[in-house]
Amino acid sequence: MTRSDLTKLSAAEARTALDKGKCSSVELTQAYLNRIDQIDGKVHAFLHVMRDVALGQAEAADARIASGDAQPLTGVPVALKDILVTTDAPTTAASKILDGYVSPYDATVVARLREQGAVFVGKTNTDEFAMGSSTENSAFGATYNPWNLSKVPGGSSGGSAASVAAREAVIALGSDTGGSIRQPAGFCGVVGLKPTYGRVSRYGLIAFASSLDQIGPISRTVEDAAIMLNAIAGHDPHDSTSAPGEVPNFRAGLRTDLNGVRIGIAREYSVAGMEQGVTDAVAAAIKQLEDQGAELVDISLPHTEYALATYYITAPAEASANLARFDGVKYGMRIDRATLQDTYRTTRGRGFGAEVKRRIMLGAYALSSGYYDAYYVKAQKVRTLIKQDFDEAFKKVDVIAGPTSPTVAFGVGSRMDDPYQMYLADIFTIPANIAGTPGVALPCGFSEGLPVSLQLLGKAFDEGTLLGVAHAYEQAAGWCKHTAEI
Amino acid sequence: MSLTTADVEHVASLARLGLSREETERLRLQLSSILEHIEVLQQLDTDRIPPTAQVNSLTNVLREDVVRPSLTQRTVLANAPQSRDGFFEVRAVMTEETSEGGSA
Repeated sequence: MTRSDLTKLSAAEARTALDKGKCSSVELTQAYLNRIDQIDGKVHAFLHVMRDVALGQAEAADARIASGDAQPLTGVPVALKDILVTTDAPTTAASKILDGYVSPYDATVVARLREQGAVFVGKTNTDEFAMGSSTENSAFGATYNPWNLSKVPGGSSGGSAASVAAREAVIALGSDTGGSIRQPAGFCGVVGLKPTYGRVSRYGLIAFASSLDQIGPISRTVEDAAIMLNAIAGHDPHDSTSAPGEVPNFRAGLRTDLNGVRIGIAREYSVAGMEQGVTDAVAAAIKQLEDQGAELVDISLPHTEYALATYYITAPAEASANLARFDGVKYGMRIDRATLQDTYRTTRGRGFGAEVKRRIMLGAYALSSGYYDAYYVKAQKVRTLIKQDFDEAFKKVDVIAGPTSPTVAFGVGSRMDDPYQMYLADIFTIPANIAGTPGVALPCGFSEGLPVSLQLLGKAFDEGTLLGVAHAYEQAAGWCKHTAEI
Repeated sequence: MSLTTADVEHVASLARLGLSREETERLRLQLSSILEHIEVLQQLDTDRIPPTAQVNSLTNVLREDVVRPSLTQRTVLANAPQSRDGFFEVRAVMTEETSEGGSA
């Protein structure tokens, strides 16, 4: 196979090619490393390319494949969001405050991929501490959308999404606190899955908002997302919020027809400010779902309009507590001053970027004496209402369909001066984090030459149905065959 | 909701964030604007609604109380900006002035 063929493979196709001896993992890995050399100067998906690690892992994978012990991701090049800690590459969370940090342990998802014999091509760019919707908040420079380099890739997992879209990795891991897997996957025309809260261990994911964060795959196909989810899911004693119990075989549950599936269409998911091209592509996708046998059901999620405000109290409040650990004492940057208090203030003041400071301030304000009940407790109560909306809806339907984002990828720099405008990019993705339910974003067309994304939301711990419906749509619609020309 | 400079400075002090005068003013305006959007929550009557802090149904997850291997002291200190004799090293937490004043 030629190098350009190799970088078009899905993970499932790569598995077949490796097992049949059409290519070795070293050849496959080298093809991706070459591609990174050629185009990452333009895309800037990666903060660290793990060349030597990757080639070593590829050699080991080839030996393992030869011995007949291959797992689904053995020998497959994977990109890791640089917020997942790794022992053999720096982890910065795209923040100056962690510049040069190398973790003494692996995140559980990283350890599981290592056991599978996956190949780590590198650590991908993100908004600093995963706070943002465009990957422009990285302390180490923005990532650019492979479909159009003047557009953002979305965020915060913009590096992971761009790396898969630009064929610099077969598949990637991201993290999703308010849409940070699904929204960049949507902007980059690839598949992004946020699993149910508790499905995947968060151990070794640098915490942003612990009650909302979840790790998940970004991939070229729904089948690949299912393969990756099976690789990383399951209980982990290191994360007491990870769910005990069996994990189904998601790949085995993929289907091609939608007979008997009830798909909810929420009236609240068509809002003012939606781009016409997005509205049209999503409407066509929903029509297609119906043509494939699904029953469409009108539903209401009445508290949707309160989700953004709920999120922008809850997430910053948790962030302000989680980021207290970056104090210049145990790891990372320290700017020494005459007193300990001044050392804290100066280190944190200079180590964190503007968006991180904004969210720490917002969170600390919402938790501060006198405002705790009015903001934090109020948001937790509204969280209950939003979760109840989903509980009610899922009594009537199996899956909810709608747009992933109200717009296609926006221009680099176009929203940096108005934080709230930036926050609106996540208006359709945030509710699933608040409710803890799973969601998948997948390509459903183009508008202005940029990918449009369909979001499917599912019941807690029912990723099987979600992925099944997504796979059926993807196979019939064929959008996953379009790749960014770069 | 309009924040004052003193509000911003107070919260920055709680969060141990050193801000320049320019950052303080910019944050005062931006946070005031974000809080205005957040005011929308006050429209909802939530008096009888219980709060949800996290969504999974697990409570009080305990592990067995047994000794297990852990990272070595050397490994843990490897990323410290400064360490000495097996400890993280920082500036004195209490100054001479406070200890003489007996308020510690």
